[in-house]
Amino acid sequence: MTITKGEPAQQPTAARQVKAAPTDLRRGHVPNDGTAGAAAIEQARSAMLRDTKPTKRSRIGADVVCEALLRQGVDVFFGYPGGVVLPLYDVLGDYPELRHVLVRHEQGGAHAADGYARVTGRVGVCLGTSGPGATNLVTGIGTALLDSIPMVAITGNVPGALIGKDAFQEIDINGITLPMTKHNYLVRNADDLPRVFAEAFHIARTGRPGPVHIDITKDALQQETAVQHPSPAEVIAGLPGFRPNFDGHPRQLKIAAAEIARAKRPMILAGHGVLHAEAWDDLRAFAEKTSIPVAWTLLGIGAMAEDHPLAYGFMGMHGWKHVNRAIQSADLLIAIGMRFDDRVTGNVRTYAPYARIVHVDIDPAEIGKNVAVEVPIVGDAGRVLRALTPMVDATPLGDRSEYLEQLAEWRAESEASSWHGSGAWREGVLTADFVVERIGELTNHAATYVADVGQNQMWLARYLGFRRPNSHVSSGGLGTMGFALPAAMGAALGQPDRETWAVIGDGGFQMTFQELMTLVQDRIPVKIALFDNKKLGMIRQWQEIFYAGNYHSAHLLGPDFAKLADAFGIPAFRACTPDEVDPAIEAAQAVDGPALIWFEIAETQNVFPMMPAGKGLSDLIEKWDGPEE
Amino acid sequence: MSDSAKDEVSARANGATPGPAHSAPPTRALPGSGEVHRHILVAIVLNRPGVLNRVASLMRARNFNIESLSVSHTDQPDISRMTITLLGDDVAVEQVSKQLYRLIDVLKVQDFSGEPTVEHELALIKVRATDSNRAEIVKVAELYRARLVDIADGSVIVEASGSEAEVDAIVALLRSYGIKELVRTGTAVMARGSASIEEALKR
Repeated sequence: MTITKGEPAQQPTAARQVKAAPTDLRRGHVPNDGTAGAAAIEQARSAMLRDTKPTKRSRIGADVVCEALLRQGVDVFFGYPGGVVLPLYDVLGDYPELRHVLVRHEQGGAHAADGYARVTGRVGVCLGTSGPGATNLVTGIGTALLDSIPMVAITGNVPGALIGKDAFQEIDINGITLPMTKHNYLVRNADDLPRVFAEAFHIARTGRPGPVHIDITKDALQQETAVQHPSPAEVIAGLPGFRPNFDGHPRQLKIAAAEIARAKRPMILAGHGVLHAEAWDDLRAFAEKTSIPVAWTLLGIGAMAEDHPLAYGFMGMHGWKHVNRAIQSADLLIAIGMRFDDRVTGNVRTYAPYARIVHVDIDPAEIGKNVAVEVPIVGDAGRVLRALTPMVDATPLGDRSEYLEQLAEWRAESEASSWHGSGAWREGVLTADFVVERIGELTNHAATYVADVGQNQMWLARYLGFRRPNSHVSSGGLGTMGFALPAAMGAALGQPDRETWAVIGDGGFQMTFQELMTLVQDRIPVKIALFDNKKLGMIRQWQEIFYAGNYHSAHLLGPDFAKLADAFGIPAFRACTPDEVDPAIEAAQAVDGPALIWFEIAETQNVFPMMPAGKGLSDLIEKWDGPEE
Repeated sequence: MSDSAKDEVSARANGATPGPAHSAPPTRALPGSGEVHRHILVAIVLNRPGVLNRVASLMRARNFNIESLSVSHTDQPDISRMTITLLGDDVAVEQVSKQLYRLIDVLKVQDFSGEPTVEHELALIKVRATDSNRAEIVKVAELYRARLVDIADGSVIVEASGSEAEVDAIVALLRSYGIKELVRTGTAVMARGSASIEEALKR
């Protein structure tokens, strides 16, 4: 076939019919803005999809990978090609239902898969090549492990015969991911691929979710294979060592119910497990029946709508004072799907000194790991709550009036002192809490909000006012700076019907902003709220309070972010005063596609209250004027 | 931060205590008794590539203090048995078991400490021997129901088996002759009675 420049290539018709209408399938969730640029991108993409192999070829390992992804319901995954995964890229065009998003760095791909998983509850998938492609995924896999995110990370490896020979781009990635995945595989034979992929997805999403890594040699991707995909029953039978327990033990549930009946000052601590189990309705029903207030961890945000009368607030190091105070005075903590992380408890010796603890978690290893508990219950948050609710007596709000009134009083006091920080926004100072609160209001609390790490993360958690489950995305366990932008990319593709906002500091933004180009190329409509205080804000805050103001490396030079966004073709807006905030947010919302708002916020605002490391929940610092001599 | 600044931080403490204002709140007990004992854990695992690496990596990453770790076949070709001896209190050892259970390749974990068991290990000890003391070494070996498995010019190899303490004892005695080389297999342990950890898998 000869292709004349400037003329469309003659289409080989047999292949064409099979690949009909791929674009409609894949582009439903990307707005079509009708610009010339968009048309060009569309054209390039369609051309890429049509440039496929003749259909009459044999099935190879790479086909098995694509088939397996489709069987598992994957509609989009994030990858970056390289020498040893080219066999996979060679067949990708034959699977137009499988959308591949070309990221700008593998770390971005892993975080995007993570963000996708967090908002959908499905398994996120990312792909990298061997060597550096694989090691670049590692931070994203670690982030997923610490936050129990269902993810399958795929890497290529050098051909089996070259393994162990220090071949080009060879690294022992299997050894690297071994301690930071729920499970991992090295596949050297295409015949193993169907089983391994089925197992990997099953492991990633079953029980306590987590990342699974599959390393595939190049020759395994190229080998022909006729092995069929196993049934779910065969997968389970093939994993005798993986039998998570979902239902709480009836005897333990009875004991828990008795504890709840006795308690005068009970408090529910809701964690990420409630969201994983999709148990938000069960949680609300349980809380309403027993009139027990609910506090939440960072990753438990959204388990209870914040405008619910029994929703009490965000706990922990930067949590609300009234919440921590309530925990310190509680006589019973009902912890559901949370793990008593040090950011939640502070010094364990002084944690909740009057409380007995009922701890519900699907992972038995979490129970008794950080704090000793009186009533351990191993099980899925939803199933345990559904079993427990009928066993507890209905307690009307009136029966707890004294307790709830005291909590309300503490709350009013704490919100008056820390809501909107110093209230400096009234005097024209642009404070971060004000911006977060306005984003919440103007998006009607209905968007997906993705936090980076540091002060911006805490401001978002404290002030946005979350109403919906899985509307908050944050790297809690690993605390990965640079997380927000790529994770928002995945979140936006996972929940295309919701607006997606990324709240990022100037530090984290400068770690992964190359993904701006991915947003443009794939027309992913993420709104970026860049909080620029020209500092590594949380570092600066710690240095101010704990290191006598020795601000080494806290000042961070940044570019002209508006010009930067412009260079990527992303509309940018800037706000330097409180008056400019609402117009900037509204302008960004009006953009069909990604947009960036550059908030030049107060440079030295701190997040308060704050629990010093090693101290207890009763030792909160609420303001800081420098050490008094 | 200066000491006065630290005091400042404490002075801002705002704890809410429902009890009398003057009484300090009780201290929460940390998990575990804190009494460190030697424990023997047996893990039945799938015989898959990397399973030893997974277990060893977990022990290192979780900061568990293991004394020995040995792997061997079982009667079923796809299943291996690991014997782990470690030091720790009750909760630490429970954590080890729970963390081991999280590994997909681990089928069963059992703490054998406190149960009636047969505990045996084997040692090969290459001892310096001269014509004048070789007979003496033979006698020592016989006393401990050990035997000589190799005799060479200037050395013998003693094969000793028994509990860890018994092997310790013969090693200590032979040390006076000069130990050239020593290898110990680590403890193999099995519960007394008819119960079987392997049969328990087949439920």
